[in-house]
Amino acid sequence: MTGNRLGPFARILRHVVLMTLAVVIVAPFVWMVLCSFKTQSEILSAEIRIIPHTWAAVENYTAALTRVPMLRFLLNGVIVTLVIFLLQVLVNLPAAYALAKLRFRGRSAFLGLVLLCLLIPVHATAIPTYIMFYKAGLLNTYASLILPFTISVFGIFLMRQFFMTVPDDLIDAARVDGMSEIGIVWRVMLPTAVPALVAFGIFSVVAHWNDYFWPLIVVADQALYTPPLGVAFFRLNDQGTSYGPLMAAATISIAPLVIAFLLAQRRFIEGITLTGMKA
Amino acid sequence: MTALSSPRNAISAAGARPASASKQRGDRRGWLYSAPAVVTMGVLLFGPLLAVMLFSLTDWQLGQEQFSFIGARNFQELFADTVFWKSLRNTFLYVLLVVPGTVILGLIVAVLLESSNELKGLYRTAHFIPVMAATSAMAIVWGTMLHPTIGLFNHILYGLGYSGVSWLRDEHTALLALVLIGIWQGFGYAMVLFIAGLKAIPQNLYDAAEIDGADSVMDRMRLVVLPMIGPVLMFVMVVTAVRAFSVFDTVRVLTAGGPNYSTDVLLYRLNTESFDYLRTGYGAALTVVFLGIVIAITLLQAKIMDRRVHYS
Repeated sequence: MTGNRLGPFARILRHVVLMTLAVVIVAPFVWMVLCSFKTQSEILSAEIRIIPHTWAAVENYTAALTRVPMLRFLLNGVIVTLVIFLLQVLVNLPAAYALAKLRFRGRSAFLGLVLLCLLIPVHATAIPTYIMFYKAGLLNTYASLILPFTISVFGIFLMRQFFMTVPDDLIDAARVDGMSEIGIVWRVMLPTAVPALVAFGIFSVVAHWNDYFWPLIVVADQALYTPPLGVAFFRLNDQGTSYGPLMAAATISIAPLVIAFLLAQRRFIEGITLTGMKA
Repeated sequence: MTALSSPRNAISAAGARPASASKQRGDRRGWLYSAPAVVTMGVLLFGPLLAVMLFSLTDWQLGQEQFSFIGARNFQELFADTVFWKSLRNTFLYVLLVVPGTVILGLIVAVLLESSNELKGLYRTAHFIPVMAATSAMAIVWGTMLHPTIGLFNHILYGLGYSGVSWLRDEHTALLALVLIGIWQGFGYAMVLFIAGLKAIPQNLYDAAEIDGADSVMDRMRLVVLPMIGPVLMFVMVVTAVRAFSVFDTVRVLTAGGPNYSTDVLLYRLNTESFDYLRTGYGAALTVVFLGIVIAITLLQAKIMDRRVHYS
């Protein structure tokens, strides 16, 4: 609904509703950050202050970073999400190209399989995949955090939809110029696919940085914890009673993605919308 | 670069080669590119999917070397288990509350956002942040906000002169609290999808509606927005429903299914039976039920969408 055609009353009503909701939505983040600045006694006290009476930010964040290897958890998160995305591109991009631009026997069957697989929720394969990694002696390794996600039928489908929109003339021209098929995928299709790839990358990184279900199953060694596991472990370790450091740990674990989002909102929202709408 | 100007000639020249040879080459190329994906699909999706169905017919417990096929006994045991029915009921209740909450709130906020440009970016950002933040970490934060003595909610209740509520420790409110967290976490996603849907509505439809005398916001909603946003609405509902069916993080972090199984849900049962009690066969049966429901929702959507396309 375009146009600033709202009357004065509607205009004010819009702000009242959206502002109230926005405050409610942001409140848990504000609560988290404020608690991460407060001393334990102030958090436990009967009266609530918005601005901390005594600042304990340094103590709380030091505790969050030293009582558990929080930086290691962040690093694990970075390693796992980036390698997953790289492997997803390597495995799924050529297939998406083949489905969109090559004619070969079995193509429609393959596409059918991809569409069928879109129906399968990740949780459905958890038990056999776990057993597979158990039998291979790979539980409790980076491999067990990364490899199950190398296939992304969603990625194949998304990139295929995108490649369909790339004009054939562009590919023909490259072919005529003597470019190899691999060269076409990497040097012609990939650059034109960058927007879709960025969108898929954001989708993939957000999903796997925040994933709790799978790392919880396959990882027991603290050195391999991803940020969500790390925060949960921190709480367990402290019996959930030192709230300041716990809130500091939560803040640290969500900060990378939330800050990245705040810095590149348009890309994130476009990315998430695009990946959503194409599915 | 003369070749660039006449790609079509070159292509027809290439087409002059014996058809079977170029076809074979096309086949090989297609297969070569598809192979990594097909193989990983087999190993990571179809293999496990078949395996989980087979396991569901066995009495296998992880770590044991032997197992035997026991037919549908796991399912019989499952359907005779009151905890299973309770978790199924809780899951459906959760979905039935989260989906309308998410969809309605998401649509209202999207329409309000798009109706003017004032502070649009700020509001959109604020409503979208929860989508970015790890649910498990934010569940811990919610846990402190809902805490009976130090939590924000009870502080507010006390301030208003009410007595406090033990939100997550009371079986009458625990699931409701999880529903609120679920809506809080997910409606920003619904919102951005609706915004995309709203932007795709051509302006002339609004103009036409206005000429026909529909100039109030409600009229425009009823005559233009709702009919045009149908497919997006359907999509958002299905995505939200599938996500809600997969609720796990908040349950695991905040309630562990309690108190008195009042927040036990399908995925939490699945996780506990399979990976805590190591009852592989039983967990596989639960997986099959879970999978069946999720696929049913998606197929239902496909069917409804199909009908829309044919008859509209």
